[in-house]
Amino acid sequence: MTCEESEVLLHALIDGELDAGHAREIEAHLAACPTCTAKLEAFGAMREAMAVAHLKEAAPAHLRRRIDAAIPAPTTRVVGLGKSWQTTWRTFFGGFSIGTALSAAVAASLVIAVFRDDQNQQITSEIVSAHLRSLQAHHLTDVETSDRHTVKPWFNGKIDVSPPVIDLTAQGFTLIGGRLDYIDGKEVASVVYRRREHVINLFVAQGLGTEHAIAASETRHGFNVRHWTEGGLDFWAVSDINAGELDEFCQKLTAAPHPPAPPS
Amino acid sequence: MSADGDADRARRFREAALPHLDDVFTLARYLMRDAVDAEDAVQECYLRALRHFDSYRGPAMKPWLLAILRNVCVGEFARRSKQPAPAESAAADPHEDETPMWQEPQASPEAALLRQHDDKTIRRLVAALPQPFREAIVLREVNDLSYGEIADVAGVPVGTVMSRLARARSMLRAAWNVEEGTPR
Repeated sequence: MTCEESEVLLHALIDGELDAGHAREIEAHLAACPTCTAKLEAFGAMREAMAVAHLKEAAPAHLRRRIDAAIPAPTTRVVGLGKSWQTTWRTFFGGFSIGTALSAAVAASLVIAVFRDDQNQQITSEIVSAHLRSLQAHHLTDVETSDRHTVKPWFNGKIDVSPPVIDLTAQGFTLIGGRLDYIDGKEVASVVYRRREHVINLFVAQGLGTEHAIAASETRHGFNVRHWTEGGLDFWAVSDINAGELDEFCQKLTAAPHPPAPPS
Repeated sequence: MSADGDADRARRFREAALPHLDDVFTLARYLMRDAVDAEDAVQECYLRALRHFDSYRGPAMKPWLLAILRNVCVGEFARRSKQPAPAESAAADPHEDETPMWQEPQASPEAALLRQHDDKTIRRLVAALPQPFREAIVLREVNDLSYGEIADVAGVPVGTVMSRLARARSMLRAAWNVEEGTPR
Protein backbone atom coordinates (compact mmCIF):
# COMPACT_ATOMS: atom_id res chain seq x y z
CA MET A 1 0.00 0.00 0.00
CA THR A 2 1.22 3.49 -0.85
CA CYS A 3 1.05 6.52 1.41
CA GLU A 4 -1.48 8.01 -0.99
CA GLU A 5 -3.84 5.08 -0.52
CA SER A 6 -3.25 5.03 3.19
CA GLU A 7 -4.03 8.76 3.35
CA VAL A 8 -7.70 8.04 2.65
CA LEU A 9 -8.01 4.63 4.25
CA LEU A 10 -6.64 5.62 7.63
CA HIS A 11 -9.76 7.72 8.12
CA ALA A 12 -11.90 4.66 7.51
CA LEU A 13 -9.73 2.93 10.08
CA ILE A 14 -10.30 5.71 12.63
CA ASP A 15 -14.03 5.60 11.90
CA GLY A 16 -14.23 1.85 12.25
CA GLU A 17 -15.47 1.50 8.69
CA LEU A 18 -12.69 -0.63 7.27
CA ASP A 19 -13.15 -4.28 6.41
CA ALA A 20 -10.71 -6.78 7.89
CA GLY A 21 -8.69 -7.19 4.68
CA HIS A 22 -8.03 -3.48 4.21
CA ALA A 23 -7.44 -3.04 7.92
CA ARG A 24 -4.66 -5.61 7.81
CA GLU A 25 -3.15 -3.93 4.75
CA ILE A 26 -3.12 -0.49 6.28
CA GLU A 27 -1.80 -1.76 9.57
CA ALA A 28 1.07 -3.37 7.70
CA HIS A 29 1.73 -0.06 5.96
CA LEU A 30 1.53 1.89 9.22
CA ALA A 31 4.03 -0.43 10.87
CA ALA A 32 6.53 0.52 8.21
CA CYS A 33 5.66 4.20 7.73
CA PRO A 34 6.24 6.69 10.55
CA THR A 35 4.72 9.54 8.50
CA CYS A 36 1.38 7.83 8.13
CA THR A 37 1.50 6.66 11.75
CA ALA A 38 1.95 10.25 12.87
CA LYS A 39 -1.03 11.25 10.75
CA LEU A 40 -3.13 8.51 12.24
CA GLU A 41 -2.30 9.71 15.73
CA ALA A 42 -2.97 13.35 14.87
CA PHE A 43 -6.32 12.59 13.23
CA GLY A 44 -7.24 10.26 16.06
CA ALA A 45 -6.51 12.97 18.62
CA MET A 46 -8.51 15.47 16.58
CA ARG A 47 -11.46 13.12 16.37
CA GLU A 48 -11.26 12.61 20.14
CA ALA A 49 -11.26 16.40 20.71
CA MET A 50 -14.29 16.78 18.48
CA ALA A 51 -16.04 13.95 20.28
CA VAL A 52 -15.72 15.57 23.70
CA ALA A 53 -16.58 19.06 22.47
CA HIS A 54 -20.27 19.84 22.53
CA LEU A 55 -20.70 20.49 18.85
CA LYS A 56 -24.33 19.57 18.71
CA GLU A 57 -26.61 22.50 19.27
CA ALA A 58 -29.95 22.33 21.00
CA ALA A 59 -32.74 23.58 18.77
CA PRO A 60 -34.20 26.76 20.25
CA ALA A 61 -37.41 26.27 22.22
CA HIS A 62 -39.40 28.58 19.96
CA LEU A 63 -38.42 26.49 16.92
CA ARG A 64 -39.46 23.30 18.70
CA ARG A 65 -42.83 24.88 19.54
CA ARG A 66 -43.30 26.10 15.98
CA ILE A 67 -42.70 22.65 14.56
CA ASP A 68 -44.76 21.04 17.28
CA ALA A 69 -47.65 23.31 16.39
CA ALA A 70 -47.39 22.44 12.71
CA ILE A 71 -47.87 18.73 13.34
CA PRO A 72 -51.53 17.84 13.76
CA ALA A 73 -52.48 17.15 17.34
CA PRO A 74 -53.11 13.46 17.79
CA THR A 75 -55.74 13.82 20.51
CA THR A 76 -58.97 13.89 18.54
CA ARG A 77 -61.03 14.32 21.66
CA VAL A 78 -59.54 17.71 22.39
CA VAL A 79 -59.77 19.23 18.93
CA GLY A 80 -61.77 18.02 15.97
CA LEU A 81 -59.06 16.56 13.82
CA GLY A 82 -60.18 17.76 10.39
CA LYS A 83 -60.33 21.24 11.77
CA SER A 84 -57.05 21.00 13.64
CA TRP A 85 -55.31 19.81 10.52
CA GLN A 86 -56.62 22.72 8.45
CA THR A 87 -56.03 25.20 11.21
CA THR A 88 -52.54 23.97 11.74
CA TRP A 89 -51.57 24.34 8.14
CA ARG A 90 -53.26 27.70 7.84
CA THR A 91 -51.56 28.81 11.02
CA PHE A 92 -48.28 27.62 9.71
CA PHE A 93 -48.55 29.28 6.35
CA GLY A 94 -50.02 32.39 7.90
CA GLY A 95 -46.84 33.19 9.77
CA PHE A 96 -46.10 30.34 12.11
CA SER A 97 -48.00 31.68 15.07
CA ILE A 98 -48.80 29.16 17.72
CA GLY A 99 -52.27 28.04 18.76
CA THR A 100 -52.03 27.84 22.51
CA ALA A 101 -54.69 25.18 22.93
CA LEU A 102 -53.17 23.15 20.18
CA SER A 103 -49.72 23.39 21.70
CA ALA A 104 -51.08 22.31 25.03
CA ALA A 105 -52.72 19.30 23.44
CA VAL A 106 -49.52 18.55 21.63
CA ALA A 107 -47.45 18.82 24.78
CA ALA A 108 -49.80 16.50 26.61
CA SER A 109 -49.61 13.95 23.84
CA LEU A 110 -45.84 13.86 24.00
CA VAL A 111 -45.84 11.96 27.25
CA ILE A 112 -48.56 9.50 26.28
CA ALA A 113 -46.93 6.13 26.12
CA VAL A 114 -47.50 3.89 23.18
CA PHE A 115 -50.14 1.36 23.99
CA ARG A 116 -49.39 -2.16 22.96
CA ASP A 117 -51.19 -5.37 23.74
CA ASP A 118 -48.02 -7.03 24.72
CA GLN A 119 -46.82 -6.13 28.18
CA ASN A 120 -43.16 -6.29 27.22
CA GLN A 121 -43.77 -4.12 24.19
CA GLN A 122 -45.44 -1.62 26.44
CA ILE A 123 -42.55 -1.61 28.85
CA THR A 124 -40.11 -1.10 26.00
CA SER A 125 -42.22 1.82 24.85
CA GLU A 126 -42.25 3.25 28.34
CA ILE A 127 -38.50 2.84 28.57
CA VAL A 128 -38.06 4.80 25.34
CA SER A 129 -40.57 7.42 26.49
CA ALA A 130 -38.75 7.77 29.80
CA HIS A 131 -35.50 8.16 27.90
CA LEU A 132 -37.08 10.85 25.71
CA ARG A 133 -38.50 12.65 28.72
CA SER A 134 -35.11 12.64 30.38
CA LEU A 135 -33.67 14.36 27.32
CA GLN A 136 -36.44 16.86 26.73
CA ALA A 137 -37.40 18.03 30.17
CA HIS A 138 -33.94 19.13 31.31
CA HIS A 139 -34.29 16.53 33.96
CA LEU A 140 -31.58 14.14 33.03
CA THR A 141 -30.13 13.65 36.47
CA ASP A 142 -31.30 14.15 40.05
CA VAL A 143 -27.79 13.66 41.30
CA GLU A 144 -25.10 14.84 38.96
CA THR A 145 -21.64 13.47 39.50
CA SER A 146 -19.11 11.26 37.84
CA ASP A 147 -18.31 9.63 41.18
CA ARG A 148 -20.03 6.30 41.54
CA HIS A 149 -19.52 6.44 45.30
CA THR A 150 -21.86 9.41 45.31
CA VAL A 151 -24.43 8.01 42.92
CA LYS A 152 -24.92 4.66 44.58
CA PRO A 153 -25.69 5.88 48.11
CA TRP A 154 -27.96 8.53 46.63
CA PHE A 155 -30.42 5.81 45.64
CA ASN A 156 -30.48 4.43 49.20
CA GLY A 157 -33.83 4.96 50.83
CA LYS A 158 -35.34 6.34 47.66
CA ILE A 159 -35.97 3.04 45.99
CA ASP A 160 -36.17 -0.64 46.86
CA VAL A 161 -33.44 -1.77 44.53
CA SER A 162 -29.79 -0.96 44.96
CA PRO A 163 -28.57 -0.54 41.40
CA PRO A 164 -24.95 -1.33 40.64
CA VAL A 165 -23.24 1.91 39.69
CA ILE A 166 -20.22 1.21 37.57
CA ASP A 167 -17.75 3.76 36.35
CA LEU A 168 -16.98 3.10 32.69
CA THR A 169 -15.19 6.37 31.99
CA ALA A 170 -11.99 4.56 31.13
CA GLN A 171 -13.94 2.52 28.58
CA GLY A 172 -15.35 5.61 26.91
CA PHE A 173 -18.71 5.81 28.68
CA THR A 174 -18.78 8.69 31.14
CA LEU A 175 -20.91 8.32 34.25
CA ILE A 176 -22.83 11.57 34.66
CA GLY A 177 -25.33 10.83 37.39
CA GLY A 178 -28.50 9.15 38.55
CA ARG A 179 -32.20 9.79 38.48
CA LEU A 180 -35.47 8.36 39.80
CA ASP A 181 -37.94 7.55 37.07
CA TYR A 182 -41.23 5.76 36.65
CA ILE A 183 -41.90 2.82 34.38
CA ASP A 184 -45.28 1.15 34.37
CA GLY A 185 -46.21 3.16 37.44
CA LYS A 186 -43.27 1.83 39.43
CA GLU A 187 -40.21 3.64 40.64
CA VAL A 188 -37.06 2.65 38.85
CA ALA A 189 -33.48 3.78 39.11
CA SER A 190 -31.74 5.28 36.13
CA VAL A 191 -27.97 5.49 35.99
CA VAL A 192 -27.01 7.99 33.30
CA TYR A 193 -23.97 7.74 31.06
CA ARG A 194 -22.70 9.82 28.20
CA ARG A 195 -20.90 8.72 25.06
CA ARG A 196 -19.74 11.68 22.98
CA GLU A 197 -22.94 13.68 22.45
CA HIS A 198 -25.18 10.80 23.32
CA VAL A 199 -26.96 9.98 26.54
CA ILE A 200 -27.40 6.42 27.69
CA ASN A 201 -30.05 5.73 30.29
CA LEU A 202 -29.53 2.51 32.21
CA PHE A 203 -32.80 1.67 33.91
CA VAL A 204 -32.65 -0.77 36.80
CA ALA A 205 -35.76 -2.26 38.38
CA GLN A 206 -37.09 -5.31 40.11
CA GLY A 207 -40.12 -7.32 39.01
CA LEU A 208 -40.66 -5.58 35.72
CA GLY A 209 -40.68 -7.31 32.35
CA THR A 210 -39.57 -10.57 33.88
CA GLU A 211 -41.05 -12.47 30.96
CA HIS A 212 -37.84 -11.71 29.16
CA ALA A 213 -35.87 -14.71 30.31
CA ILE A 214 -33.03 -13.90 27.98
CA ALA A 215 -31.35 -10.77 26.82
CA ALA A 216 -33.26 -8.92 24.14
CA SER A 217 -32.44 -6.11 21.83
CA GLU A 218 -34.76 -3.92 19.91
CA THR A 219 -34.89 -0.68 18.00
CA ARG A 220 -37.74 1.67 18.62
CA HIS A 221 -38.08 4.99 16.81
CA GLY A 222 -34.38 5.04 16.13
CA PHE A 223 -33.46 4.30 19.73
CA ASN A 224 -31.68 1.11 20.58
CA VAL A 225 -32.91 -0.76 23.62
CA ARG A 226 -31.18 -3.65 25.35
CA HIS A 227 -32.75 -5.67 28.12
CA TRP A 228 -31.27 -8.30 30.36
CA THR A 229 -31.65 -9.64 33.87
CA GLU A 230 -28.88 -10.16 36.32
CA GLY A 231 -28.88 -10.91 40.02
CA GLY A 232 -32.68 -10.67 40.14
CA LEU A 233 -32.66 -7.19 38.65
CA ASP A 234 -33.97 -6.06 35.29
CA PHE A 235 -31.71 -3.85 33.23
CA TRP A 236 -32.60 -1.77 30.22
CA ALA A 237 -30.04 0.29 28.37
CA VAL A 238 -31.49 2.81 25.93
CA SER A 239 -29.75 5.35 23.74
CA ASP A 240 -29.53 6.76 20.26
CA ILE A 241 -25.94 5.59 19.88
CA ASN A 242 -25.57 2.91 17.26
CA ALA A 243 -26.38 -0.70 18.04
CA GLY A 244 -22.74 -1.78 18.07
CA GLU A 245 -21.77 0.83 20.63
CA LEU A 246 -24.73 0.04 22.85
CA ASP A 247 -23.75 -3.64 22.71
CA GLU A 248 -20.25 -2.59 23.67
CA PHE A 249 -21.67 -0.61 26.58
CA CYS A 250 -23.67 -3.61 27.80
CA GLN A 251 -20.69 -5.92 27.47
CA LYS A 252 -18.39 -3.56 29.37
CA LEU A 253 -21.04 -3.10 32.01
CA THR A 254 -21.70 -6.78 32.59
CA ALA A 255 -18.02 -7.64 32.34
CA ALA A 256 -16.98 -4.97 34.87
CA PRO A 257 -16.44 -6.20 38.41
CA HIS A 258 -19.53 -5.17 40.36
CA PRO A 259 -17.99 -3.33 43.24
CA PRO A 260 -19.03 -4.25 46.74
CA ALA A 261 -19.91 -1.47 49.15
CA PRO A 262 -16.35 -0.64 50.17
CA PRO A 263 -14.69 0.25 46.89
CA SER A 264 -11.74 -1.67 45.62
CA MET B 1 -57.78 9.29 5.19
CA SER B 2 -59.69 8.64 8.37
CA ALA B 3 -59.35 10.88 11.38
CA ASP B 4 -57.89 7.99 13.34
CA GLY B 5 -55.40 7.34 10.56
CA ASP B 6 -54.31 10.97 10.60
CA ALA B 7 -54.01 11.00 14.35
CA ASP B 8 -52.00 7.82 14.37
CA ARG B 9 -49.80 9.08 11.58
CA ALA B 10 -49.14 12.36 13.37
CA ARG B 11 -48.35 10.52 16.56
CA ARG B 12 -45.95 8.18 14.82
CA PHE B 13 -44.31 11.06 13.04
CA ARG B 14 -43.93 13.01 16.25
CA GLU B 15 -42.36 10.09 18.09
CA ALA B 16 -40.06 9.22 15.24
CA ALA B 17 -38.97 12.64 14.02
CA LEU B 18 -38.96 15.07 16.95
CA PRO B 19 -36.18 13.33 18.90
CA HIS B 20 -33.81 14.22 16.04
CA LEU B 21 -34.58 17.93 16.09
CA ASP B 22 -31.22 18.89 17.61
CA ASP B 23 -29.36 16.88 14.99
CA VAL B 24 -31.33 18.46 12.17
CA PHE B 25 -30.89 21.92 13.63
CA THR B 26 -27.15 21.48 14.07
CA LEU B 27 -26.66 20.40 10.47
CA ALA B 28 -28.82 23.32 9.34
CA ARG B 29 -26.62 25.73 11.31
CA TYR B 30 -23.53 24.44 9.58
CA LEU B 31 -25.08 24.37 6.12
CA MET B 32 -26.95 27.69 6.21
CA ARG B 33 -24.45 29.60 8.39
CA ASP B 34 -27.20 31.82 9.71
CA ALA B 35 -29.42 31.12 12.70
CA VAL B 36 -32.64 32.44 11.18
CA ASP B 37 -32.07 30.72 7.84
CA ALA B 38 -31.27 27.53 9.73
CA GLU B 39 -34.54 27.66 11.65
CA ASP B 40 -36.54 28.21 8.47
CA ALA B 41 -34.77 25.30 6.82
CA VAL B 42 -35.46 23.01 9.78
CA GLN B 43 -39.12 23.93 9.79
CA GLU B 44 -39.43 23.33 6.06
CA CYS B 45 -37.63 20.02 6.52
CA TYR B 46 -40.12 18.82 9.13
CA LEU B 47 -43.09 19.89 7.02
CA ARG B 48 -41.74 18.02 4.00
CA ALA B 49 -40.96 15.01 6.15
CA LEU B 50 -44.51 14.98 7.51
CA ARG B 51 -45.90 15.25 3.99
CA HIS B 52 -43.77 12.34 2.80
CA PHE B 53 -44.01 10.31 5.98
CA ASP B 54 -46.30 7.76 4.30
CA SER B 55 -43.58 6.88 1.85
CA TYR B 56 -40.96 6.55 4.59
CA ARG B 57 -39.82 2.95 4.86
CA GLY B 58 -37.17 3.21 7.52
CA PRO B 59 -35.24 1.93 9.22
CA ALA B 60 -33.17 4.96 10.20
CA MET B 61 -35.13 8.17 10.70
CA LYS B 62 -32.16 10.45 11.35
CA PRO B 63 -30.43 10.13 7.94
CA TRP B 64 -33.80 10.39 6.23
CA LEU B 65 -34.50 13.71 7.96
CA LEU B 66 -30.97 14.96 7.34
CA ALA B 67 -31.28 14.13 3.64
CA ILE B 68 -34.50 16.14 3.46
CA LEU B 69 -32.85 19.00 5.31
CA ARG B 70 -29.95 18.94 2.92
CA ASN B 71 -32.33 19.11 -0.05
CA VAL B 72 -34.05 22.10 1.53
CA CYS B 73 -30.71 23.88 1.99
CA VAL B 74 -29.47 23.03 -1.51
CA GLY B 75 -32.78 24.27 -2.93
CA GLU B 76 -32.50 27.48 -0.98
CA PHE B 77 -28.98 28.14 -2.24
CA ALA B 78 -30.05 27.35 -5.79
CA ARG B 79 -32.89 29.83 -5.45
CA ARG B 80 -30.52 32.47 -4.12
CA SER B 81 -27.95 31.90 -6.83
CA LYS B 82 -30.52 33.08 -9.36
CA GLN B 83 -30.60 36.34 -7.48
CA PRO B 84 -27.71 38.79 -7.38
CA ALA B 85 -27.04 38.00 -3.71
CA PRO B 86 -23.89 35.99 -2.92
CA ALA B 87 -24.20 32.30 -2.22
CA GLU B 88 -22.25 29.34 -0.88
CA SER B 89 -18.60 28.82 -1.83
CA ALA B 90 -17.01 29.21 1.55
CA ALA B 91 -13.36 29.07 0.71
CA ALA B 92 -13.49 31.82 -1.85
CA ASP B 93 -16.07 33.89 -0.06
CA PRO B 94 -14.60 37.34 0.49
CA HIS B 95 -17.31 38.12 3.05
CA GLU B 96 -16.32 35.19 5.19
CA ASP B 97 -14.59 37.32 7.77
CA GLU B 98 -17.49 39.71 8.04
CA THR B 99 -20.08 37.05 8.74
CA PRO B 100 -18.60 34.31 10.83
CA MET B 101 -21.07 31.65 11.78
CA TRP B 102 -20.21 31.91 15.41
CA GLN B 103 -19.27 35.35 16.55
CA GLU B 104 -16.47 34.85 19.01
CA PRO B 105 -14.32 37.35 20.75
CA GLN B 106 -10.80 37.34 19.37
CA ALA B 107 -8.67 34.71 21.00
CA SER B 108 -6.40 35.79 23.79
CA PRO B 109 -2.77 36.19 22.74
CA GLU B 110 -1.53 33.58 25.18
CA ALA B 111 -0.47 30.49 23.33
CA ALA B 112 -1.66 28.42 26.26
CA LEU B 113 -5.20 29.61 25.76
CA LEU B 114 -5.05 29.01 22.06
CA ARG B 115 -4.03 25.47 22.69
CA GLN B 116 -7.13 24.70 24.69
CA HIS B 117 -9.39 24.39 21.69
CA ASP B 118 -12.64 24.89 23.38
CA ASP B 119 -15.93 24.01 21.77
CA LYS B 120 -16.25 27.41 20.20
CA THR B 121 -12.90 27.25 18.46
CA ILE B 122 -13.69 23.84 17.04
CA ARG B 123 -17.07 25.06 15.83
CA ARG B 124 -15.45 28.03 14.17
CA LEU B 125 -12.86 25.88 12.41
CA VAL B 126 -15.48 23.43 11.20
CA ALA B 127 -17.74 26.27 10.08
CA ALA B 128 -14.90 27.69 8.01
CA LEU B 129 -14.54 24.55 5.89
CA PRO B 130 -15.84 24.70 2.30
CA GLN B 131 -19.24 23.14 1.78
CA PRO B 132 -18.93 19.49 0.76
CA PHE B 133 -16.20 18.95 3.36
CA ARG B 134 -18.04 20.78 6.09
CA GLU B 135 -21.13 18.71 5.43
CA ALA B 136 -19.18 15.43 5.47
CA ILE B 137 -17.38 16.13 8.73
CA VAL B 138 -20.53 17.35 10.50
CA LEU B 139 -22.54 14.33 9.37
CA ARG B 140 -19.76 12.09 10.64
CA GLU B 141 -18.60 13.73 13.88
CA VAL B 142 -21.69 15.54 15.07
CA ASN B 143 -24.61 13.64 13.56
CA ASP B 144 -22.72 10.38 14.01
CA LEU B 145 -23.74 8.80 10.70
CA SER B 146 -21.99 5.84 9.10
CA TYR B 147 -20.24 6.25 5.76
CA GLY B 148 -23.15 4.55 4.03
CA GLU B 149 -25.64 6.92 5.62
CA ILE B 150 -23.53 9.97 4.75
CA ALA B 151 -23.40 8.73 1.15
CA ASP B 152 -27.19 8.49 1.11
CA VAL B 153 -27.67 11.95 2.62
CA ALA B 154 -25.16 13.65 0.32
CA GLY B 155 -26.16 11.61 -2.72
CA VAL B 156 -22.61 10.51 -3.53
CA PRO B 157 -20.79 7.15 -3.52
CA VAL B 158 -19.13 5.92 -0.34
CA GLY B 159 -15.72 6.42 -1.97
CA THR B 160 -16.48 10.12 -2.34
CA VAL B 161 -17.50 10.27 1.29
CA MET B 162 -14.15 8.78 2.26
CA SER B 163 -12.12 11.21 0.18
CA ARG B 164 -14.19 14.17 1.41
CA LEU B 165 -13.68 13.16 5.02
CA ALA B 166 -9.97 12.75 4.43
CA ARG B 167 -9.85 16.20 2.84
CA ALA B 168 -11.99 17.74 5.58
CA ARG B 169 -9.81 16.37 8.35
CA SER B 170 -6.63 17.45 6.57
CA MET B 171 -7.93 21.00 6.22
CA LEU B 172 -9.14 20.99 9.78
CA ARG B 173 -5.79 19.73 11.02
CA ALA B 174 -4.00 22.48 9.09
CA ALA B 175 -6.30 25.16 10.52
CA TRP B 176 -5.87 23.59 13.95
CA ASN B 177 -2.10 23.80 13.72
CA VAL B 178 -2.29 27.42 12.60
CA GLU B 179 -4.37 28.17 15.69
CA GLU B 180 -1.85 26.47 17.91
CA GLY B 181 1.27 27.78 16.26
CA THR B 182 0.52 31.44 15.68
CA PRO B 183 -0.31 33.48 18.75
CA ARG B 184 -2.10 36.61 17.68
